[in-house]
Amino acid sequence: MTDRNVTLEAAGIPSGSKLAEVVAGRADVMALTQATMEAVLSPRVPGGISPAERAGLASRIARLNNESTLAEHFAQLMPDTGDSPAVQIADPSFSGDGDPRTSALIRHVDLVTVSPRDATPENITMLTEVGIDDADIVRLAELISFVNYQVRVIAGLRLLGEII
Amino acid sequence: MSDVVTNFTTTIPDWRPHVTPVDLESATPEQLEAMKVTPSNAGVSEYVRVLAHDPESLQHRSPLFNAIMFNHGGLSRAERELSAVAASIVNRCIYCAAVHGKRYNMLTKDDQVMDQVFAEGDRAELDSRRRAILNFATQLSMCPSAATSGQGQDLVNAGLTPDEILDLILSASLFGWANRLMHTLGEPVEPEQSNE
Repeated sequence: MTDRNVTLEAAGIPSGSKLAEVVAGRADVMALTQATMEAVLSPRVPGGISPAERAGLASRIARLNNESTLAEHFAQLMPDTGDSPAVQIADPSFSGDGDPRTSALIRHVDLVTVSPRDATPENITMLTEVGIDDADIVRLAELISFVNYQVRVIAGLRLLGEII
Repeated sequence: MSDVVTNFTTTIPDWRPHVTPVDLESATPEQLEAMKVTPSNAGVSEYVRVLAHDPESLQHRSPLFNAIMFNHGGLSRAERELSAVAASIVNRCIYCAAVHGKRYNMLTKDDQVMDQVFAEGDRAELDSRRRAILNFATQLSMCPSAATSGQGQDLVNAGLTPDEILDLILSASLFGWANRLMHTLGEPVEPEQSNE
């Protein structure tokens, strides 16, 4: 764990502000949020989903949530060549370019991010059909779900800053 | 095979995973360690055994969940549960809504609020404080978030302190996470009849 807290940085909390004081009351939550982010973005055991791919997917999820500051943070974790798969994945208009695995990953990430209520058992089957195993399905689910939590914490903190 | 539960209820369903849970006998030391820190230590559920496929995130996720839902001070426990239910309705996570709706009822000793919320969603007839909480948590749960500073101001006008609003943000956001696991990695099914 580092001293940085990406969630608080993205929310843009002025030091010495009333908001900073309120957030300090939940320092345990904020530290665990950072630790979980590191576990889903750059785990010791990434399995079949590489750190570059995770960064691309995380940036995509942030963009689907109109969270450009966080999306930019994740984009900085991607390889800096413009045509790398991770960079393509981060663009919400990219749908996989015919690659079955990438297309399945993207379809799942978009569905669970934008309309999780519409998820069905078949959505998991579609992942297994392109060779994504159970462990990677859970790793992917945690990545998607965590970033969807993080963007809401950021949006909420910004609003809180406006009303206190 | 049990029937899938498709309507909101406070009768807690069983949960049937779509992926094979980690077998305790073949689990790695890291998986066992991550499973030990569960929201309730009463046995290891299939859900936790599914999440143990990713022990690095589970290890932090469980204490984070407990901190957001049970930390001292700030928003009342019942109101954190209401926030969790609002998110679970948006995401149509029947299982999470049942568990947290029931917990709300137990904490408040009142079934009427949850009956209203399940029947009417964000049009439920509630007092101004509960209405403001339900509205805010519902809008924050949209993708992208549709919460506005006006809805934030409604919380202030309903008497919520900044500490309470922070806990509301955290609990609604947490269920943006929990619902996306619970509702996509498995499904709620009618509880099996006990043979005992």
